[in-house]
Amino acid sequence: MGPIMKFQVVVLAGGMSKKLFPLVSKDVPKALLPVGNRPVLSYVLELLEANNLKDLIVVVAGEDAAVRVGGWITEAYDGRLHVEVAAVSEDIGTADALRAVLHRLVVDDVLVVSGDIVSDVPLGAIAAAHRRKRAVLTAMLCSSPSASTAEAISSTGKDKAKKPSPIDIVGLDTSHQHLLFLASGTQVDKDVKIRRSLIRVVDQMEIHMDLMDAHLYAFNRAILQEVLELCQGIKSIKQDLVPYLVRSQSKFGAIASGDTQTEAVGKTPNKDDSGQPQTPMQDIVPLPQHILPGVLHPASLELTCCVYIASEGKYCSRVNSIQTYGDINRDQVAGELVFLTGYTVSNQNNVIHPTAEIGSKTTVGPQCMVGDGSKLGDKCSVKKSIVGRHCRIGSNVKIINSVVMNHVTVEDGCLIQGSVICSNVHLQERANLKDCQVGAGYIITANSEHKAEALSKREKS
Amino acid sequence: METRRGARMVIDPKVRQVGFVTPGSELGRPAAPEPPGAAAPVPVVANSPSPVIIPLLLIPDTSSLRTTPLPVPSPPSRRVVAAPPADDSMPLGSYNPSDAILGSSQGSSERTGNNDKHGSAPTDSLADMSLSNASTLAIRLEGLNVTNDGISNVLSTSTVRSAVAAAPTSVEHAFQTSSGQGIIGSVPAVSVDMAAAANPQAGIDPRPMPLKDRTSKAERRAIQEAQRAAKAAAKGVGTDIAAIADGNVANEVKSSKPSSQKKGLSEKKPAVFSDKKPVVSSDKKPVVSSDKKSAEKASEKDKRKDIPAPRMQFDDEQRVAKAKRRSLIEQTEAKNRVELFRHLPQFLHGTQLPSLESKFFHEDPLHPHPSVFQVGLQYLTREIVGGNARCIAMLMAFRDMINDYSTPMEKTLVRDLTAKINSHVSFLITCRPISISMGNAIKFLKTRIASLPVTVSEFEAKHSLILEIDRFIQEKIVFADNEIVKHAVTKIRDGDVLLTHGSSCVVEMILVRAFELGKKFQVVVIDSRPRLEGKGLLRRLLGKGLHCTYTHINAASYAMQGVTRVFLGAASVLSNGTVYSRVGTACVAMVAHALGVPVMICCETYKFHERVQLDSICSNELGDPDALVEVHGRKDVYSLRGWADSKHLHVLNLMYDATPADYVSMIITELGMVPPTSVPVILREYRKVPYVM
Repeated sequence: MGPIMKFQVVVLAGGMSKKLFPLVSKDVPKALLPVGNRPVLSYVLELLEANNLKDLIVVVAGEDAAVRVGGWITEAYDGRLHVEVAAVSEDIGTADALRAVLHRLVVDDVLVVSGDIVSDVPLGAIAAAHRRKRAVLTAMLCSSPSASTAEAISSTGKDKAKKPSPIDIVGLDTSHQHLLFLASGTQVDKDVKIRRSLIRVVDQMEIHMDLMDAHLYAFNRAILQEVLELCQGIKSIKQDLVPYLVRSQSKFGAIASGDTQTEAVGKTPNKDDSGQPQTPMQDIVPLPQHILPGVLHPASLELTCCVYIASEGKYCSRVNSIQTYGDINRDQVAGELVFLTGYTVSNQNNVIHPTAEIGSKTTVGPQCMVGDGSKLGDKCSVKKSIVGRHCRIGSNVKIINSVVMNHVTVEDGCLIQGSVICSNVHLQERANLKDCQVGAGYIITANSEHKAEALSKREKS
Repeated sequence: METRRGARMVIDPKVRQVGFVTPGSELGRPAAPEPPGAAAPVPVVANSPSPVIIPLLLIPDTSSLRTTPLPVPSPPSRRVVAAPPADDSMPLGSYNPSDAILGSSQGSSERTGNNDKHGSAPTDSLADMSLSNASTLAIRLEGLNVTNDGISNVLSTSTVRSAVAAAPTSVEHAFQTSSGQGIIGSVPAVSVDMAAAANPQAGIDPRPMPLKDRTSKAERRAIQEAQRAAKAAAKGVGTDIAAIADGNVANEVKSSKPSSQKKGLSEKKPAVFSDKKPVVSSDKKPVVSSDKKSAEKASEKDKRKDIPAPRMQFDDEQRVAKAKRRSLIEQTEAKNRVELFRHLPQFLHGTQLPSLESKFFHEDPLHPHPSVFQVGLQYLTREIVGGNARCIAMLMAFRDMINDYSTPMEKTLVRDLTAKINSHVSFLITCRPISISMGNAIKFLKTRIASLPVTVSEFEAKHSLILEIDRFIQEKIVFADNEIVKHAVTKIRDGDVLLTHGSSCVVEMILVRAFELGKKFQVVVIDSRPRLEGKGLLRRLLGKGLHCTYTHINAASYAMQGVTRVFLGAASVLSNGTVYSRVGTACVAMVAHALGVPVMICCETYKFHERVQLDSICSNELGDPDALVEVHGRKDVYSLRGWADSKHLHVLNLMYDATPADYVSMIITELGMVPPTSVPVILREYRKVPYVM
């Protein structure tokens, strides 16, 4: 049989992210950035696999990156998943990337997943919500990392210096099923502008600041194609496409005013010109030919944009900045989320690979992870940190709240706090790093001290 | 119409006329000698030509009680309860022989049967009484368990489906405790009743299986021996009555049915069975003619086809467990269901949707077609409600399924597609019990599949089925609605005050159409918790510019004053004229009837069903009890919260109710406006196509 339940999956794996600048490089595209010692893309692929979605299209920005990602996927998932890797040019928007693979989409609905999601949300529920409402768009929302953002909101008024966290402003109807408004926090300067016509249609709207768009969407394929072809100006899914669709639904008055019974509106017997009562059938069940005439024609299928709000117990976050990268890495080993990585947890609540060698009087605290083949010297202390594979760490090293990727050499007496250290980095003796990001292959000289810096090799070298 | 209603108000022991009533019999009834006192309602109805109420002596009592016009109290039933058994049995015996053939044969046979076996007619009739009371009031169920023999008699004689289903739990109990002897002994009565039963519908026994199971070992052996002997002497030709009757024992033990009327000669049977031991009789007459036997077999096959499978009873733990294994959705049954409605499915709300969602992408042999899955989800979340909408959605989903269907290797389309549709239907049932209209549509579709010629290619078969589905939707629903609107609009005059309940799409179309025709009228929308469907209707009507009044059903009696017409929708109309509809309809119809307001039911004929139902207990749907607990927008109303923890509280949220035909002035169908008594005519004349199960 063809695609299951007539859903196709597009994974937008991205390429080089500017936000994650020192961490990603030509060698390590964003999709392969290790999170909990595994590439971030693997979380998405495994989520899809767990949901029995095995035919995927992975879109990667940049030819080189595509080759690397494709190579990794075939190596890791050979025989388990059927993945097509499509390369698009760099520096194009997500919607453009989607446009590039549009011709491969054939079935009713498309699930578009960002490649940097770490989550355990049941995809079936999103798809079911999408189908149930016969929606044009279903976006998954999850509660944003609440505590930090709540503080951020309150504090942004006072000190502008602090970077405003990119929260989304989401407008929902009272039943929490329809998406009425969506703007990302970075776009909004001071005011949120909501058109009065929208309020006129829906009576009530709730504005949520505590929800985050998880960049996981289900689209109606026919309408998606039409919109993308007609409006070439749409560059980004989040910033252009979704708001466009959300705006369109109120334009055609498709939203049931405030209550959950969308059918109630659909069932209203229309009258056509001849005065004959038109049958309710056309409205209750859209006949197949009704989908095709086009989204922009008012008589066509009603547009509804829905949301699926992930339930409280589910984890969902994205690796889209250095801060979130650090958070996710910590979350990965922080107790409950370990199951996502599939590692077994020891009694000390940490994950130490059996092949790792640990010197005497070295302590690996709880919520830590040490990859295979790594060697730790004597009298080291590792707290709330992740140490990758085949790292060589000398004596008297302290690693706190940090991520150390693979093949890193750390010599004696180093202190690493709150930092991310990429692969093949060499820290010479008694280097002191605090809140730094160190790009791949960088060499930190002995006795140097860095604070809140992004260190990386010149790209030319 | 006015005069007719006036007359109806006066009639005290009401006679229900269901089906075709010949004028002669109607005239004859008042002329029949009316016995005095308590038994007065009994003979009247026993004499009535209704095919529905023939077999049970005392069910008529209940029906007369429930159809009594509103303000009249019902003393007869009380008297029945209070009277000593001897008094009750007396009029039965004394009256029946002088009555018509029907009543007399039944009464006497039962009496003789009872007397022969138990020698205690009074206790039997007491049991009868208690059963009738139970089915009337649906309260005193425990009374049934006391006198098992009597009940088993009543039950095996009762071919009225609703009578059995009226007290399902106790019925089962009675079956389990009754001795096999009792059942055998009651067979003669069954056959007599069956011979008398005019309507084949009455022959449907809702639960033949327990009967079969309860035959004792000796009887089974006897049957087996008889069959063996019959085989051995297959060449012998003879038409021995006793032998045939013997064959009938076997049949009737398996399932009571009207087959015996073909054989006739019911007066001989009591003699045969009076010696209680079929072994003896089989020894006496081992020879059975072969052609008779084969004919019997064939007829039995036909019967099996005709008799629908007994509806799933959800208080039967084994069957529920079996059904659970087969279903895609994990279902947790609600714990404290209301005792009386235990036979209806009810699952913990909120557990079904997540389990269904989690299965969305799973590949599973049970996994339905995406369109059907979608429709099932929409049923489950109540996003598609209303008989027509649900039916159309289901048919469209099946249309998609057939479109995508391809016959697997080594299978025939007819069989495989039928099996596929069956599994899809059972999936839809797990999402929400299907409505009667959907059942009819499914039957239609299956009939069409079964009647496909073998020679036709797969493409053509699919094409023709899709065309049939489209035609069904067009003709039976869309055009039917238009016709109903045309008919109904003629009944709306200027200055009318029209009342409706809930939200019926046909009624809405009627109101809007009448408004567009320029008629001046007002609308009263009566609504009821918890779904408050009337609000949607109200909003749409107001949007069109109609003049509306909105009230809840508590105020029905007030709102009804000044109303000139009541228009109601229906989920189904049953062959005794009972209107099965959204809960609250019966109440509105009753108030309207009491105040002399004509009640028009708007219903397409595809929703008609041959079933007979006297109450809303035996077949209904349970809604989410939590819906009653919370009041939308009233956070301060929380006294019932956490009710599930209390052992003593059962919250009942019924979805449908049955409106007796007496409250219905007229049923507006696409075939015209008919009285509720004419429903069987429509069923008979316009459903010539045989349904295949």
